[in-house]
Amino acid sequence: MRLKTFPRGGVHPPENKISVDQAIQVLSIPSRVQLHLGQHLGAPAVATVSKGDCVRVGSRIAEGKAFISAHLHSSVSGTVAKIDDVIDASGYRRPAVVIDVDGDEWEAGIDRSPELIREIKADAETIVERIKAAGVVGLGGACFPTHVKYMFPEGRKADTVIINAVECEPYLTADHRLMLERTDEILVGVQILMKVARVERAMIGVEANKPDAIETMSRKARSLPGIEVIPLKVQYPQGAEKQLIKALLNREVPSGRLPLDVGCVVNNVGTALAVYEAVQKNKPLVERVVTFTGSHLPATGNFLVRLGVPAMEMAAHLGVEIGDDTAKVISGGPMMGKAISGLEVPVTKGTSGIVLLTEKDARRSPVQNCIRCGRCVSACPMGLEPWLLEKLGQSDRFEECDSSGAADCIECGSCSFACPSSRSLLDFIRYGKVNVMRIRAARRQK
Amino acid sequence: MNPVIVYSVVVLGLVAAGAAVILFVVANKFKVDEDPRIDEVAEMLPGANCGGCGYPGCRGLAEALVRAADKGDLGGLMCPPGGNETMARIGEYLGTAVEEAGPTVAVVRCGGSRSKAPANLEYDGPERCSIAHSLFAGENGCAYGCLGLGDCVTACDFDAIHMNSETGLPEVDEKKCVSCGACVIACPRNLIEIHPLGKKGRRVWVACMNREPGGVARKACKAACIGCGRCVKACPEKIQAITLENNLAYIDPAKCIACGLCISVCPTGAILATFEPVKPKPKADAGVTAPSAS
Amino acid sequence: MSRNLVLSLSPHEKGGESVHKIMWGVVIALSPALLASFYYFGWNAMRVVILGMVFCMATEYLVQTFMMKQKSTFMDGSAAVTGLLLSFNVPASIPWWQLLVGSIVAIGIAKLAFGGLGKNPFNPALVGRAFMLASFPVHMTSWPKPLENAWSFGVDAVTAATPLGKLSEGGVSVLPELGSLDLYKDLLLGRVGGCIGETAALAILIGGIYMLFRGIITWHIPVIYLASLAATIGIFWVLDPGKYADPLFHVLAGGAMLGAWFMATDMVTSPMTPGGQVIFALGGGVICGLIRLFGAYPEGCSYSILIMNAFVPLIDRAFPPRRFGREVKHG
Repeated sequence: MRLKTFPRGGVHPPENKISVDQAIQVLSIPSRVQLHLGQHLGAPAVATVSKGDCVRVGSRIAEGKAFISAHLHSSVSGTVAKIDDVIDASGYRRPAVVIDVDGDEWEAGIDRSPELIREIKADAETIVERIKAAGVVGLGGACFPTHVKYMFPEGRKADTVIINAVECEPYLTADHRLMLERTDEILVGVQILMKVARVERAMIGVEANKPDAIETMSRKARSLPGIEVIPLKVQYPQGAEKQLIKALLNREVPSGRLPLDVGCVVNNVGTALAVYEAVQKNKPLVERVVTFTGSHLPATGNFLVRLGVPAMEMAAHLGVEIGDDTAKVISGGPMMGKAISGLEVPVTKGTSGIVLLTEKDARRSPVQNCIRCGRCVSACPMGLEPWLLEKLGQSDRFEECDSSGAADCIECGSCSFACPSSRSLLDFIRYGKVNVMRIRAARRQK
Repeated sequence: MNPVIVYSVVVLGLVAAGAAVILFVVANKFKVDEDPRIDEVAEMLPGANCGGCGYPGCRGLAEALVRAADKGDLGGLMCPPGGNETMARIGEYLGTAVEEAGPTVAVVRCGGSRSKAPANLEYDGPERCSIAHSLFAGENGCAYGCLGLGDCVTACDFDAIHMNSETGLPEVDEKKCVSCGACVIACPRNLIEIHPLGKKGRRVWVACMNREPGGVARKACKAACIGCGRCVKACPEKIQAITLENNLAYIDPAKCIACGLCISVCPTGAILATFEPVKPKPKADAGVTAPSAS
Repeated sequence: MSRNLVLSLSPHEKGGESVHKIMWGVVIALSPALLASFYYFGWNAMRVVILGMVFCMATEYLVQTFMMKQKSTFMDGSAAVTGLLLSFNVPASIPWWQLLVGSIVAIGIAKLAFGGLGKNPFNPALVGRAFMLASFPVHMTSWPKPLENAWSFGVDAVTAATPLGKLSEGGVSVLPELGSLDLYKDLLLGRVGGCIGETAALAILIGGIYMLFRGIITWHIPVIYLASLAATIGIFWVLDPGKYADPLFHVLAGGAMLGAWFMATDMVTSPMTPGGQVIFALGGGVICGLIRLFGAYPEGCSYSILIMNAFVPLIDRAFPPRRFGREVKHG
């Protein structure tokens, strides 16, 4: 059978899934954690604790007050040392709650037993409430608050919940391990999402390079009505929301619209697990699975990490010395992840992996002239013309960027990946896109 | 006579006559009535189309000037590259008084040179401050400082701002600078300000925009303003040109008399001047550079 | 960690393709035709090809270093491809200084004057050839007979008219072998007079298929170009087979194969999207056919490509890729 995929564009970067056989390990808790208040898309949360307050694991320490925002919970028990600006992944200092760890005491009412609770007692409203209360956000990387996705505007209906288990980024294996190790819980999570979205059908899209995960998931899903596990062709960016919907349902989300406009809600597989824990176990989002990897490292691993723990704890756990051969550290995957300024940066809700690159992989090749080969055009999954957008961005022609579709760019990086001249295509497209958004916002204000 | 010549002359003549009629009709029909003074005023402007006046090109300013002159007030309109001389000439032509503005110059408010704020990261990407700014705080870790990739240099139409390869910071050539403000807009960190040139070119400014607490600011840059407030106290009582806000000192160029007292008390050397201060401290570290002192 | 970490914006992965690899890949794809030319035209072919490549690369190096004052990119393979294609498009008996003039025009004027690699609107090798054809019409149209005196020195080569030349001079009647299998075999294998690299259709085809598999080109331009040439010729052939040669002859004879596979597919001077490439190739094939049937020149391939090169910016504008989520009804 021909595997499903999105119809145009895409590239095939080397997969490098080195840590795929490493079972998820629980990472020990360091003496201090830093929890940034803006770990999600939308308005940063507002701290509700102050210096000296005692907190337990799962205590709410900050509230998301805006419509698009999320609550934040303490990932450790201890005392609030300070609320101060702390360097985040970009090197900019942003407000964070710093907690000194003391023991590992959990908030009352959180069910930490491994027992699987299949029966979904809560009704749809309660589920949304619980997801919101637990501070669950999309764990694929974009960190969109999950409860907002399920607060459908008046008159809108979905017919399918799509679970994004594609993990098309090279190196990352966190979702793959989750599917193997937490299959039942994920499937209950999917059922919860189906219930809250009031749909009869859920599709779990997995890239075909994870045959064991596909096998396990489909075997267990067989007894569950409406849930379907669908293998997808290994093609980047299969895990991009719009491309995934196109591949699975052959529906095209119109430019500037949301998946709900074509009757879908898309959630990451890790989010499904977080939803299960939030709804069935009353457990807030205080930890996530992170892949720690690099082609030159003697050991790699997948870790269940408490939020706010510095990334270097994972290296310490593996006994890996980070030497001078590491030239770049990426938070997330190498295609869409962010280069960070060091391993002392704390893990956030959006950290799907920490990838270390060597000198050879870290640097870009020298930029050459565009030879108009058109590889960027055929690589773009959104049907844009990256070479043109680059040119327009470079010369600050933002109006033309807008009419040429810069705002549609999903920043997957396929164009830069494919360019034989190593041009900084995405850099300038993103620059154009940011300015297009700024101009549009200014126009709306008028 | 050769009939070929006759035919040619007749046909070409008819074509020419027809074209002339069409041109005449079209020119009249689509004629746009325009104040002839606009052309005249535009002619007087430098013609660099730098946009420093805030209008799209010199013609844009010329239109605005003529409109303002009809109302009898040129208030606020100014051609920075042309300066007072040009404005006076235009004012005379339009028969409206022009306020004289003092000469101004661009000032770079960052002193984070390579030696004061050594890099501990390496940027790899297009040589654009605006792009580096969206990526990270900077190679030296200062989220307020100069990124050193020269967006201001690219923006300058007058070749008046250049990167110093030793310090990695831009320097303004005050002889060439017309304070059009293109660099001010180009800098993603808002490090460049337009200041009065000062008497005999004497200017003093705080070369730092870091609003973080002193300890944090110092960590990234030895020349950071740490907000200690000594300069505020050093400023003569009658002048009171220096204010301290968000851990950052600011010298109001309108009030400053360029006495240089603040420079000698600054513990980090964050205050720069275009002249050698009167009583420099014998401390070597508090080195004061005088970029492009005339 | 003591070293300075590198920071850049995503993506941090880079595909394996480079300008260098693509250009030298084209050189590899041209090698079957190159070997065939050595076989048929001997020393002279070798002389012209080596000189052509050296002249083009030297021009690129000298102009970039001394006139444009920049680091030269003469080793990136694009000048080598231009040199190779230019020498493929001239007769083996061409004097060296004419080739030098052609190389300077191709690289210096058609390529570097527009800003270098990727910025030239016209295919440099074809501009060079067009210039030579206009300047040295005698030398450019006297073709040595293949396999005659190929490896002997000092003997003036016997000249032979090209099949297309004969056709243009005297019509179908002077080509009595039209329709016989032997003619097509000769055309396929290159046992006919013509420019160095254009005669052996089979060798060019092998190179073209290599480029297809290597992913350097897509099928659109060569296939559509040849198909539209065949269709244009075919219409007239069907109407009057006694006056016009058959389409297969036209596809195999002259520069059509070389043009379709290696000149029209030049990425710099062809459209970016498949839709645009189809239009580009369609137009090229029709123009080539019309020149061959009704033009003064026996051969129209290079001019057809140059003419279509001029339309590339327009085609790119008119045939953008289909944007995701743009042409669906908003629900």
